[in-house]
Amino acid sequence: MQRIARKAFPTHIFVFLLPAIIIYTLFMIYPLFDSLRLSFYDQSVINQPATGNLLNIQAPNFLALVATRTSQPIFVGLDNFHTLLGDPNWAGQFKNALGNNFVFFSIHMLVQNPLALFLATLLTAKFLRGRAIYRTLIFAPTTLSVVIIGFIWKLLLNQNWGIVDGFLKGIGLGALIQPWLGSDITALPVVSLISVWQWVALPMVLFMAALVSIPEELLEAARVDGASAWRIFTEIKFPLVLPTVGIVGVLTFVGNFNAFDLIYTMQGLLATPNYHTDILGTFFFRTFYGFQLKSGNPTMGTTIAAMMFLIILTGVLIYMFGWQRRIARIQG
Amino acid sequence: MSSIDAAASPSGASRATGSVYERWQLGHKLSGIGIHVVLLAYTTLAMFPILITAINSFKKQGDIFGQPYTIPTGSMFTMIGYQTVFKRADVLSYFSNSLIITLGSIGLSLLLGSMAAFALSEYKFRGNTLLGLYMALGIMIPIRLGTVSIVRLSSTLGLTGTLQGLILIYVAQNLPLAIFILTQFFSEVPIDLKDAARIDGASEYWVYRLVIPLVRQALFSVTVFIMIPVWNDLWFPLIISSDSTRTITLGVAKFAGEFQTDYSAQLAALTLAMLPVLVIYAIFSRQLIKGLMTGAVKA
Repeated sequence: MQRIARKAFPTHIFVFLLPAIIIYTLFMIYPLFDSLRLSFYDQSVINQPATGNLLNIQAPNFLALVATRTSQPIFVGLDNFHTLLGDPNWAGQFKNALGNNFVFFSIHMLVQNPLALFLATLLTAKFLRGRAIYRTLIFAPTTLSVVIIGFIWKLLLNQNWGIVDGFLKGIGLGALIQPWLGSDITALPVVSLISVWQWVALPMVLFMAALVSIPEELLEAARVDGASAWRIFTEIKFPLVLPTVGIVGVLTFVGNFNAFDLIYTMQGLLATPNYHTDILGTFFFRTFYGFQLKSGNPTMGTTIAAMMFLIILTGVLIYMFGWQRRIARIQG
Repeated sequence: MSSIDAAASPSGASRATGSVYERWQLGHKLSGIGIHVVLLAYTTLAMFPILITAINSFKKQGDIFGQPYTIPTGSMFTMIGYQTVFKRADVLSYFSNSLIITLGSIGLSLLLGSMAAFALSEYKFRGNTLLGLYMALGIMIPIRLGTVSIVRLSSTLGLTGTLQGLILIYVAQNLPLAIFILTQFFSEVPIDLKDAARIDGASEYWVYRLVIPLVRQALFSVTVFIMIPVWNDLWFPLIISSDSTRTITLGVAKFAGEFQTDYSAQLAALTLAMLPVLVIYAIFSRQLIKGLMTGAVKA
């Protein structure tokens, strides 16, 4: 086969590969590296208010702004990073967004992924009737746009309509009622749980795939020996789905540290109340795009993107070299 | 249920200790009911927000607030929300933009992705592995992080505010996964088949055409993976689309933001935006979930 392919100059290889390489390099790899490069440059800030405001954005003006600014970038080394991490105006916002992002991620790890494993275990129970129906319905929210989910939950939580509040009153928990999205304490956990509600089916399906691949004889043998469902879960099923726990963990990490849409839809670019729901994605957008009377700052935006890149890369590397290797060792 | 009984009493031993077996059987039935109770509860939680939105989109403001749980029949049923949406927002243009962008992204990703994947799996040339790794970089790194440069690039290339610009971004974003999945499937196509065609004098392009139908299952999986995120994306339309190239996701976000007090209109807009996705999902849910499950096992 190889001899046949090598007879002439392999033009066809280039024809097959070049279109994909060009588009991918031009619209993905180049922007990522160019963006990293830009984080070492500075642009004098023009005092021109951004035209975009919450959910009422006029993109072309913003673009004109970026175009005029990028004409004379000055190399400033790590200055932007010093500003982001040291300047009180920036560092406070960055630490706040980073901290909130960790809370957002932790809620996904502690609620979404255990819940996903729990549902997956139930859905893979032997002789379960209606498995496909449950699975299909539980997965439905995952297919919808985060924007739609955000607006729906905003309405359900709205005290004027009072769907969620009415439900809590109905089950005798009326005392708990809060301005869910307006309170400093509840806003971030509530938004995080809505994200959990939307995405839980994705890890659930991945866990189901791992659970159904466990040999039935293994489970049957344990059952015959009189092992309880809990022991079968902790001593057989859980160790065998550990590789999937790792994949789910890293996917959650990358997704959470790149999130934006839900906070933007529900809490706006100012991440109300008082930036208590601000995460890196909204901070990044607000910085490079500008909001209300504050104009966008593309180079500081790229600096935040570079930090996000480092954080995501660290997470992926920990997974690849920490987790995956250990799992490979355990499983021999 | 008879198969459970057979499995649970593999020998005469359980017959001898009948009471233990009966208790086990009872426990099994109870846990079976318990599983259904939990799953039903969670399914209700998953579907409730979607259903209540759809139901109330056919009511007037007063009824939405007064009787949110009632199915709108007779005099309660109204299309006023939908009328407002169609009057005040260019819904059809949003839908057609989303459709063009999604179909364009799928088509180009499949064509270019399958060509590249074919070459990567078929020919052993220098740098093959390196190129495979290079293409795989994009699976883990979110394209969003390059947004500032993408904005500059698309303004340089005159792609700002165009549908083509968005399509090219989505193709770049989806190529890595498409190539990753398709390469695995192409390498499973029997060599004999391809060599037989080559001996008959077929060109490499013809060989590619010949094997495409053999990986249609993978092409379908890739389509399903690309379709939903592209249709649902807010970030890039928000940043580089213009008024005339607004997608349905962005259109709904803008509309719902402006009509915050008009519940009928807001719920109607949300229902309209959900509808096509849920219909497509209802048709392809089995393939989507199976695709995700096999993808997970392969990775």
